[in-house]
Amino acid sequence: MADPIHQFEIHKIFTLGHIGNQEIAFTNSSAYMFGAVAVVSLLMIGGSAGRALIPNRFQSVAELSFEFVSNTVRSSIGEEGMKFFPFVFSLFMFILTANLIGIIPYTFTVTSHLIVAVALALMVFLTVLLYGLYKNGLGFFKLFVPHGIPIYILPLVTVIEVISFLSRPVSHSVRLFANMLAGHITLKVFAGFVTSLSALGALGIFGSVLPLAMTTALTALELLVAFLQAYVFTILTCIYLNDALHPGH
Amino acid sequence: MAEGQGKSKGADHGTAAHTAADGGHKASFPPFESNTFASQLVSFAIAFGLLYLIVSRLALPRVGGVLAARQQVLDTDLNEAAKLKGDSDAALKAYETELANARAKAQAMATEVREKLNAEQEQAKAKLEESLASKLAAAEQTIATTRTTAMGNVRSIAADTASAIVERLTGISPDAGAVNAALDASLKG
Repeated sequence: MADPIHQFEIHKIFTLGHIGNQEIAFTNSSAYMFGAVAVVSLLMIGGSAGRALIPNRFQSVAELSFEFVSNTVRSSIGEEGMKFFPFVFSLFMFILTANLIGIIPYTFTVTSHLIVAVALALMVFLTVLLYGLYKNGLGFFKLFVPHGIPIYILPLVTVIEVISFLSRPVSHSVRLFANMLAGHITLKVFAGFVTSLSALGALGIFGSVLPLAMTTALTALELLVAFLQAYVFTILTCIYLNDALHPGH
Repeated sequence: MAEGQGKSKGADHGTAAHTAADGGHKASFPPFESNTFASQLVSFAIAFGLLYLIVSRLALPRVGGVLAARQQVLDTDLNEAAKLKGDSDAALKAYETELANARAKAQAMATEVREKLNAEQEQAKAKLEESLASKLAAAEQTIATTRTTAMGNVRSIAADTASAIVERLTGISPDAGAVNAALDASLKG
């Protein structure tokens, strides 16, 4: 049976250079990352090339993405959050495109790698931290001291708030990574059943209809998950950025 | 980065892991292979940086521009439509006032004509009544004169008749004065 882990392997394509003793290589993962960047760029730039008053389908998709993310940002952060719009848009489109590309058979899913999800989450975390400190100075730490809490439990609440703030990048990244990884493993396992069963002869081919149906259903589910995880990541990013702009709860 | 030195020949790493996985060893799980992290991070940094630049400099301003242009066209068209609607409303109102004026005027004319006709009729009637009254008066006058004349004649006829009756009965022609006195007494009685 096909190995469900095989799809996550990273292959070097060529070496870019070295940092210390660590080789920096251009890998299949790199190729898919740049592939996602290319798809997003093509969609947005190609889609807006017509500049038609009544958009065609291609332009519609570009405009839909724009308006979807801009509405999300505006509704959760407000008008002043629009300075983060390009950042949030890049995050959403990168994750969504990488997730969707990953559903195509034989492709590699960039976001199923922990380090990529961690990099995305840490980027958001550091942006929130640095921008929050830059914008509010020490007032940013009011984020950890909620209003209307009795003074005797305030230290406890503050500790909890600090821990919750520090654990954000962990939950933020693991949620994306684990969802993509688990989904792809499940898909691969069920798809593997199809090939192993059909290798058993006529009865096996008949029996393999069941895992095939399951694989089809799971693929549909994975499409939903691909979108949902990108959206969840984005909406959490917006909520965290909102904290940086308005730390006073 | 300490483990980096062990993987200086990272070139073969991917294939090595590949073979190991195919062999069924669970030793290496690709997402947790830390020696691939640096490569992925560098690629990710470049790719995401590039995407951010493209998105913020090129893609979003373009799509935003298209959307803004459409909004502007929509606004202009809507304003135009609102203006035209206002115009047509005004025209309708003008038409209605015009119609109401014309109707009021027609009504006024009708009333005027009716009143004029009524007055004329009234006048003609009055004139007719007046002429009838005068004719009636004249007729009554004539009747009265005729009657007085007739009454005068009655007296002379009565006197003549009385004289003739008395003469036939008595054979004596009565005195005119006595006949008159008797007539007067009889008429008074």
